[in-house]
Amino acid sequence: MARIADTFARLRSKGRKAFVSYIMAGDPDRERSLEVLRGLPGAGVDIIELGLPFTDPMADGPTIQAAGQRALGGGMTLEATLGMVRAFREENDETPIVLMGYYNPIYSRGVERFLAEAKEAGVDGLIVVDLPPEEDDELCIPALKAGIDFIRLATPTTDDARLPRVLENTSGFVYYVSITGITGSAVPKPSDVAPEVARIKAATDLPVIVGFGIRDPESARGISEIADGAVVGSAIVSKLAEGGPIEELLAYVRSLADGVHSG
Amino acid sequence: MPDDLINSFLNAPDEKGRFGDFGGRFVSETLMPLILSLEAEYDRAKTDESFWAEMDHLWKHYVGRPSPLYRADRLTEHLGGARIYLKRDELNHTGAHKINNVLGQILLARRMGKERIIAETGAGQHGVATATVCAKFGLKCVVYMGAHDVERQKPNVFRMRLLGAEVVPVTSGRGTLKDAMNDALRDWVTNVRDTFYCIGTVAGPHPYPAMVRDFQSVIGKEVRWQLAEQEGEGRLPDTVIAAIGGGSNAMGLFHPFLDDRSVRIIGVEAGGKGVDDKMEHCASLTGGRPGVLHGNRTYLLQDDDGQILEGFSISAGLDYPGIGPEHAWLHDTKRAEYVSITDREALDAFKLSCALEGIIPALEPSHALAHVMKIAPDLPSDHIIVMNMCGRGDKDIFAVAEHLGVDL
Repeated sequence: MARIADTFARLRSKGRKAFVSYIMAGDPDRERSLEVLRGLPGAGVDIIELGLPFTDPMADGPTIQAAGQRALGGGMTLEATLGMVRAFREENDETPIVLMGYYNPIYSRGVERFLAEAKEAGVDGLIVVDLPPEEDDELCIPALKAGIDFIRLATPTTDDARLPRVLENTSGFVYYVSITGITGSAVPKPSDVAPEVARIKAATDLPVIVGFGIRDPESARGISEIADGAVVGSAIVSKLAEGGPIEELLAYVRSLADGVHSG
Repeated sequence: MPDDLINSFLNAPDEKGRFGDFGGRFVSETLMPLILSLEAEYDRAKTDESFWAEMDHLWKHYVGRPSPLYRADRLTEHLGGARIYLKRDELNHTGAHKINNVLGQILLARRMGKERIIAETGAGQHGVATATVCAKFGLKCVVYMGAHDVERQKPNVFRMRLLGAEVVPVTSGRGTLKDAMNDALRDWVTNVRDTFYCIGTVAGPHPYPAMVRDFQSVIGKEVRWQLAEQEGEGRLPDTVIAAIGGGSNAMGLFHPFLDDRSVRIIGVEAGGKGVDDKMEHCASLTGGRPGVLHGNRTYLLQDDDGQILEGFSISAGLDYPGIGPEHAWLHDTKRAEYVSITDREALDAFKLSCALEGIIPALEPSHALAHVMKIAPDLPSDHIIVMNMCGRGDKDIFAVAEHLGVDL
């Protein structure tokens, strides 16, 4: 039942990099959001990050902010997000799902209750942007005890002195934030990112996935050449916001996946 | 923990930045190294006499401190009970208490070699103070302000621009203070290497709540010796009262009195149209519950799903859905009492201050004054109330005129 570890083992045996894609739960509405979620594995997505909508997404750019507002506007909740995961798991027991968001909705529900519900629904990992290692007692340690990976962000400001602290309780994989900034902003240069990924890999056996600012098959390939995989979020979310048919969106996702898998 | 089990209230926060269960450092990893280096720099500055000597010099010659402690005789007589003193922080340069803290943070930014300062502002007072001090030191200044507040605080927007600051109207969310803070955090995470975030209130990740409180505590420290000077050696106030949005002027007045258990401490939140289930208020302690936002755990206005609600108040300086974590702790330990005052009550107090004392107060301290009006008549004449008149009302005359149905 370790979907994240199994996925990386399988990819490694095929010599492939991981394609991680992000969508916001409930965006643009619950029905279409679930349809897209169900379509992602078939479009080549190896790991799914499912955004938990929050009113105050301090680390996100305008694209993800707008997606969260659309979701909340449609009445999306934490409970309904877990419901989406359950519905997805009815037909897919393989593709890992990582919930990504902010702490308050989880804190509001109660950490123990949330972890039990998330585990039961089929959630494999958590990325909670506003919980640095200094606050590990809040959710990270309880999540690890509950058998849910806690995936930490490492950033360009995480220096060598701090890196061990960041890696200490990280599990599943390390998410390297390629830029100092918010989601969906500057495009990272693989030549800048490569030494950072190497630095992190020297300190951990976990896979290192790179995200923030990757928006087309070419940049996805460039990044996956120097890391264990790439995350695309805002580019997919903004395509979804354009409102075209879902097949078209999934074809776009497929092109990104091909970029990563050729890297 | 009830307050009689706490030896001293002056030892908080702990090394994790916690006031009891409140406070902390809930920020993204990108900001964490900077938060830690700010904490280290502040720890050094705190015990560095040259730092405080520079502060004292600027407070005296640039800000105009100490601000007077003024016995409001006509108000006292009118209310017919307790003796009322006003701490005149509205007489500071830039017209509010905000500059006390800004000076401290800008001196720290200079020590850290940061040349670009960002700030969030609600009513515009913190933005004006930040723009002012940046102009004085030749620093680049960017102020994030909710688009709604830009509209209702035009004079302050113009002031900031005159002072050379770039004012960025924030349209995300409902365009108020909380959204301005989100965008300031987004700027900071993007420009973390050269930028210092000058937070305007006793909130945010540790060390901000403690640091801003320390800079604002000059208010309460002055009250101690000023009252002794006027009322006799050792005379402490019986009650201290201040308005609370994030709570920096209140924390500054309260903190030096926290361990004087004879001093009753009252914080006044903005009750908007009334604290009820319609949520048209900003009373985080009276109408909210604990949560995590903007780097700290504190009381927040939020729905059942942990989504943050927008506050509502006649005063742009008070409509923040949270409150400083130290207030949350003082509330839970019952060391301080927190009450709420409606827009209507604040307007009545505003008019009374103009009519009886010749002081046009900002709408923020008008809330505090409204509570003074409620309790003073029932208190004996030897009971001394000190209320923080934390800002002047020039910026609010348009909003007040509108509410009074006057066309300017």
